[in-house]
Amino acid sequence: MKVTLKVNGRLRTADVEPRKTLLDTLREDFLLTGSHAGCEHGVCGACTVLIDGEPSRACLMFAVQADGYEITTIEGLAPAPGELSVVQDAFCETHGLQCGYCTPGMILSAHALLEHNDAPTREDIVEAISGNICRCTGYGQIVEAVEFAAERLRKTNAPRNVTGGSDDEPSIDPAAEAGAREGGVLEAAATRQGGRQ
Amino acid sequence: MNPAAPLKFVSSNRRVREDRRFVAGQGRYVADIALEGLLHVAVVPSPHPAARIVSINAAEAMKMPGVHYVLTGEELAKATEPLMNGLDTPNVRRYPLAVGQARYAGEWVVAVVAETRAQAEDAAEKVRIEYEQLAYVIDSEDAFDPKSPPVHAGHGSNVLLDKTFVWGEVEKHFAESERHLSFRVVWGRNSTVPIETFGVAAKWDPWREMLDVWASIQMPKYPDQIARALRIPLNNVRVHFDVDVGGSYGVKRGIKQTVLVSHLARVLGRPVRLIEDRLDNMRAGDAHGPDRIFDVEIAFNDDGIVNSMKMRALDNVGAYAGRSPFQLGKPIGAIVGPYKIKSVQYRAISVTSNKAAQEAVRGFGQSPTNYAIETAIDKVAVALGLDRIEVRRRNFIRSDEFPYLIPSGTRYDSGDYHTVVAKVRAHADYEGLIRERDTLRAAGQCAGIGIAACLEPSGGNSSFEPLLNEKNTTTTWMDSCRIVVDGLGFVTATIHTTSSGQGHETLVATVIGEVLEIDPDLIRIVRPDSLNSLPSNTPVGSRMAIMLGGAAFHAAQKLKAKIIKLAAHQFGCAEQEVIYAGGAVSHGASGKKLAWAEHVNIAHRNFHLLPEGMEPGLETTHVMQVPTGTKLPENGRVQMYPCHSFEFHLVLIVFDPVIGKPEIRRYVIGHDCGTVINPHIVKGMTLGGIAHGIGASLLEEFVYDSEGQMLTQSFMDYLLPSSHEVPKVEIVHHCTPSPFTVFGQKGSGESGYLGSPAAISSAINDAVAPFGISLAKLPIRIAAISDAIAAAREAKAKVKA
Repeated sequence: MKVTLKVNGRLRTADVEPRKTLLDTLREDFLLTGSHAGCEHGVCGACTVLIDGEPSRACLMFAVQADGYEITTIEGLAPAPGELSVVQDAFCETHGLQCGYCTPGMILSAHALLEHNDAPTREDIVEAISGNICRCTGYGQIVEAVEFAAERLRKTNAPRNVTGGSDDEPSIDPAAEAGAREGGVLEAAATRQGGRQ
Repeated sequence: MNPAAPLKFVSSNRRVREDRRFVAGQGRYVADIALEGLLHVAVVPSPHPAARIVSINAAEAMKMPGVHYVLTGEELAKATEPLMNGLDTPNVRRYPLAVGQARYAGEWVVAVVAETRAQAEDAAEKVRIEYEQLAYVIDSEDAFDPKSPPVHAGHGSNVLLDKTFVWGEVEKHFAESERHLSFRVVWGRNSTVPIETFGVAAKWDPWREMLDVWASIQMPKYPDQIARALRIPLNNVRVHFDVDVGGSYGVKRGIKQTVLVSHLARVLGRPVRLIEDRLDNMRAGDAHGPDRIFDVEIAFNDDGIVNSMKMRALDNVGAYAGRSPFQLGKPIGAIVGPYKIKSVQYRAISVTSNKAAQEAVRGFGQSPTNYAIETAIDKVAVALGLDRIEVRRRNFIRSDEFPYLIPSGTRYDSGDYHTVVAKVRAHADYEGLIRERDTLRAAGQCAGIGIAACLEPSGGNSSFEPLLNEKNTTTTWMDSCRIVVDGLGFVTATIHTTSSGQGHETLVATVIGEVLEIDPDLIRIVRPDSLNSLPSNTPVGSRMAIMLGGAAFHAAQKLKAKIIKLAAHQFGCAEQEVIYAGGAVSHGASGKKLAWAEHVNIAHRNFHLLPEGMEPGLETTHVMQVPTGTKLPENGRVQMYPCHSFEFHLVLIVFDPVIGKPEIRRYVIGHDCGTVINPHIVKGMTLGGIAHGIGASLLEEFVYDSEGQMLTQSFMDYLLPSSHEVPKVEIVHHCTPSPFTVFGQKGSGESGYLGSPAAISSAINDAVAPFGISLAKLPIRIAAISDAIAAAREAKAKVKA
């Protein structure tokens, strides 16, 4: 039967048997081979994709069940060819992988965690990746990668000044030199508004 | 290169270049390889542990949609040679599909080929096989009994190997020793179980007479074995090494799978692939690990000095032999561990049984042996009431005693065990750890400290082959590298094997960059196919830092020498008068200098400027021999691997006595693998090895019931450690360079795994010691702990009553 799926923001159509899993469909019909088959019974997490942002087992879902959801695979994370996301880059920085087979699923689980929690504790990270089995690393450098990614995301996203003043009043970067405000520069009010919603 | 010069790239925390493609989901694994017209295989397993195949009816299966072929073992055996055996056991014949008789539950009997895997599976269900059940044997001691039904009737018994070595004056040392103790420990059957199962795709081109193979493989002499089995010339086989392997740690040796699909590809004229599903893999991928019973006797003095050891190791290899009996041979190279045990008697017994076939697992038998040795040392300490670290210290080889010749013939290269242990003690605050344990105990918890010291023999040669099989005269186990500087000055180097996450591209680029003093990131690393490759033996035996790193080093040295010669010729001076720095060559006296681009230009375009006899172009190769182990065994003694990394584990485990679920409260490891080439890679190996050891000691086992059926066929019952089970591990570094390698590096591919099962067993046994019990079989499952404690309490209550 015909199924149209929204994968990495793009609508794709395939003619599949009803029994075909989402994983096989992604790999065989859409040639998105970054999602991997590990156990095909929902334990190892190598097939993890994001369904509406939540990590899910593509081996336990039929393609026909995935209609209407936003599906994100590892191929959807890199911002541009040859360019890595913060989480992907963090895995490279700490060498949070070896053979790379569990890595796409692991990174998607980490990505999902950091989407809703940019200051995870070690326990949060351990819990978030506990559905992804890695046979190579013993998880140490994976946890470090997620911690490192979280730190970088916090630094990137954090408003540089969140103290004082009313919302209408521009906030001044504490690092700015005296007289900067009079010069009309270094206002961070927009950032604060962003954080207020 | 100048040994005094500081290293620029080696040992620095550079990124691992392979990681970029993997984090983007751009690895290229065997299941990702798209071949036009690809057909798929599903297999029909035997439901019985031993059964004669009476008849096979494939008529209904052939009528199923999409089906192309149904292959039986009978047909395959006519067209192929039996798969290789390591020992001289010609009547233990193994083919990819059962021939005449199935020898374990799950063994592949029939292969079905169809347009899709799903269609092949559907059709496999329609194959009708009539069996006549035969007597079978599962238990190792039963199999060793001459009265047991032989798995291979033609071989006459289940014994593949029963060899006793005596190194030194064992009986004399036993007689002279004040104390003896003996015990049995059992290493349960587990494996590395990579997340990617084994897979292979093959394509036969009848016009070129070429078999192309893509596989998730980590196997020495893989192309040779394919050609022999298929009875075709080796230069008709082209194995593609540019396939990423999704984990192996030893077991990815799918020769039966490869011969099966290669044969089918030739018969059908279409590319064929078999990607094992998890059930295929667990039950019959023939990738289980050692399954071993140790009986150990130790002779020692009142002061804890261990004089001699008798060890009987009985290993159950399952239904077929392959290379697995050699896993009893490799530990001979470190049979005394890090200790000065003066003499050893070692009886190695390998038996067949009606279990799945065994394959090489990380450490090639060393981790089980280390578990037996370390249990012995713990028991000596307990028997004498001495501290367990202190007993180890008293027995350690001292740093000034290297190179140290052990009784079985191997010379250890270097080490400083006392210092590593002292560093770990200080880092972990050993006394504080003991206090913490005792506080936990006082609060009603079970708490134990685990200790293990062991070696990682590295730089794999295959000296155990001639040691266990006199017909085998192998004394080389080479690895190779080629470096080409192209006409525009860019450097490309080669690796002649697949990798399964070890970062070999990073290794080679780092080493060449170091020697040539150029940025490693600018060096391209490629993997030619097997027909374009130099002789290599794949990443087994913790060898690649030493062997591939060594080959890259020597190839780069040759290249540098060529550049120096070329430049000196331009300057009209002697080669000794010039200085190579950063790719340029200068002559101090005249002030003349040639830049990298100029060497390249001359080598590639100006034959008239080359010194006499120099070949044009800039290219060098090096085929590296293992630094030691170049002689055949004599009198049951042989030099095994060249390098010996050291690791010391200190663990605190706590659990509730009723529940029995171990929590690893603290895990500290001291690790010395000589000069580290890439710290990220070594760290990952060590942490991953510890996690793997946690699985082997607490969770993972291929369990067979008395009917010969495997009970742990999925990840629901064969339990792999998740992030919850693996604790944060603290690594204490030490560096004792090896005198036998180019940078002083040793191996680290098995680090962590070689000592963690011993350390965890040690901790749990320390924790249950107050109950007067011990747990002598790995894995120590939660239920085993709580049941043993409950039984001990019950017995105590009875005594009181």
